Amino acid sequence: MLTYIIKRLLGMFPLLWGIITISFMVIHLAPGKPSALTEAMNPRVSSEVRERLNKLYGLDRPLPIQYFDWCRKIVTLDFGVSFIDGRPVIRKIGERLPLTVFINLTSLFIILFLGIIIGLKCASQAGSLYDHFMSLLVFIGFAMPGFWLSLLLMDFFGLKLRWLPISGITSLDFEYFTFWGKAGDLLRHLALPLFVSCFGGLAGISRYIRQNTLEILKTPYIRAARARGLTRSAVLIQHALPNTLLPVVTILGLSIPGLIGGSVIFESIFALPGVGRLFYEAVMARDYPMIMAELVIGAALTLWGNFLADIAYSYVDPRIRYKR
Amino acid sequence: MKPKLLAGIIIIGILSVGAIFAPLLAKYDPNKIVLEDVLAGPTQKHILGADQLGRDLFSRMLFGARVSLLVGVIAVGIAVLAGLVLGSLAGFLGGITDTLIMRFVDIMLCFPAFFLILAVAAILEPSIFNIMLIIGLTSWMGIARLVRAEILSLKEKEFILAARAIGLSNFRIILGHLIPNALNPVIVNAALGVGSAILLESSLSFLGLGVQPPQASWGNILAESKAVLGAAWWMSVCPGLAILLTVLGFNLLGEGLRETSNQ
Repeated sequence: MLTYIIKRLLGMFPLLWGIITISFMVIHLAPGKPSALTEAMNPRVSSEVRERLNKLYGLDRPLPIQYFDWCRKIVTLDFGVSFIDGRPVIRKIGERLPLTVFINLTSLFIILFLGIIIGLKCASQAGSLYDHFMSLLVFIGFAMPGFWLSLLLMDFFGLKLRWLPISGITSLDFEYFTFWGKAGDLLRHLALPLFVSCFGGLAGISRYIRQNTLEILKTPYIRAARARGLTRSAVLIQHALPNTLLPVVTILGLSIPGLIGGSVIFESIFALPGVGRLFYEAVMARDYPMIMAELVIGAALTLWGNFLADIAYSYVDPRIRYKR
Repeated sequence: MKPKLLAGIIIIGILSVGAIFAPLLAKYDPNKIVLEDVLAGPTQKHILGADQLGRDLFSRMLFGARVSLLVGVIAVGIAVLAGLVLGSLAGFLGGITDTLIMRFVDIMLCFPAFFLILAVAAILEPSIFNIMLIIGLTSWMGIARLVRAEILSLKEKEFILAARAIGLSNFRIILGHLIPNALNPVIVNAALGVGSAILLESSLSFLGLGVQPPQASWGNILAESKAVLGAAWWMSVCPGLAILLTVLGFNLLGEGLRETSNQ
């Protein structure tokens, strides 16, 4: 097990290097200089000022030098300073990361919990009205644009019914609330974003669990368990479920980039101060150090998530361990 | 015919007719500003109402369908081409080429796709062509993996040995014998891919980095509807429903094709 972990860890380094290199290339090989926008917004920026800007951010040096300099700094987690306010990029991301991670982890748990219930129920009643209804919902979930769902929910629950706030993370008088008042306020602000971020992912997971369970229910050991006189639900929960869940670990790992990418949309719609909205603001302002840093960190988080998923998988499934 | 396949074909068929004949079907110029009709509700005059500049929503929706379908199909075309080339090279040549290409795929899959797309969209000028290119070049990885796996198993078969024995070049073996036999799952994947490409395009346009106004796209109509949320329901309901139905159509088509090819 330990050798496997070490081997996987070492294998991550070339990938990490690739991530860093592609992030750099995406920004620097595209036509147009980073300082071009500052110029476009203010026509009075003279060529002298432009040169000074380029010099300040080191953009006047040859690309290979910029590349090596950037790589060297990343090792110490120095991603430079933001073009917008001159603050260190890593600190700005650090302030906003907890909220995004919290939302994504919470929705992962909700997706997993509901996905198991829905998937198992559909598989055990395959062909029933419930199953058909759910598979219709799944198709709609796959096709639903997250930003439209957000707009509809804001319109209905926020503007028509006035039940839930439609933007931000806390109310204006947040500081005067009791602890439980604060928790309730946060929850009210996060309800719609969480719903949106769960909706699409739930479709995929519940469908996957349904298919997987259907396959497993055909296997001899399930028939053996039934023959022993166990009830249907006991067979389903004690014998089928653990085996259904094995590959789900990997699927959850694979769904991380989608969740992080999706946070751009709902964080900017609901005005939540997370890294997704930070990225959107950076993109709109062409804040290059911030864009590159978020690309690297987003991809590295995915890499790390997949690593954890793999380790967890080989831990719970001894067959995988012996194969390697 | 499978019901899913049929449903998919019907949805996409209606949509394509609307998109192709948009100039004939639209009663108004989609960009004509009519001040008397600002935010007019759905009536005989404007079937789906008008937006805050008095432009006819139904006409804009029709022209928006052109954008969505075009972007979806061409972006997936680019992705399929890239996936076929890289996947078949990796699967057929093996060795160091395989390792390099598949590591590249792994790296690309680590990036949250939407981050990468937004970053490139911000740097390049926003235009329909660039959007197709960006979406295509960030969504070929799944197809490359699929093609590689197919070709790995196909190249051990006797008919490839026979092709080799009669002296065909590698190029002709890949193009004439391997790829045609690996195409089935690729087509299923491409149909599903058009759906997600359309979703991506509309998200980009919604965030202001895709199709630029005044040209209509479902995404930027939705972006404009944010300003009149609660006052003009048709502005947010119609384009969203159109996106949902279109993506649903392509997903049904893909699933239907999968069921048919598995028989």
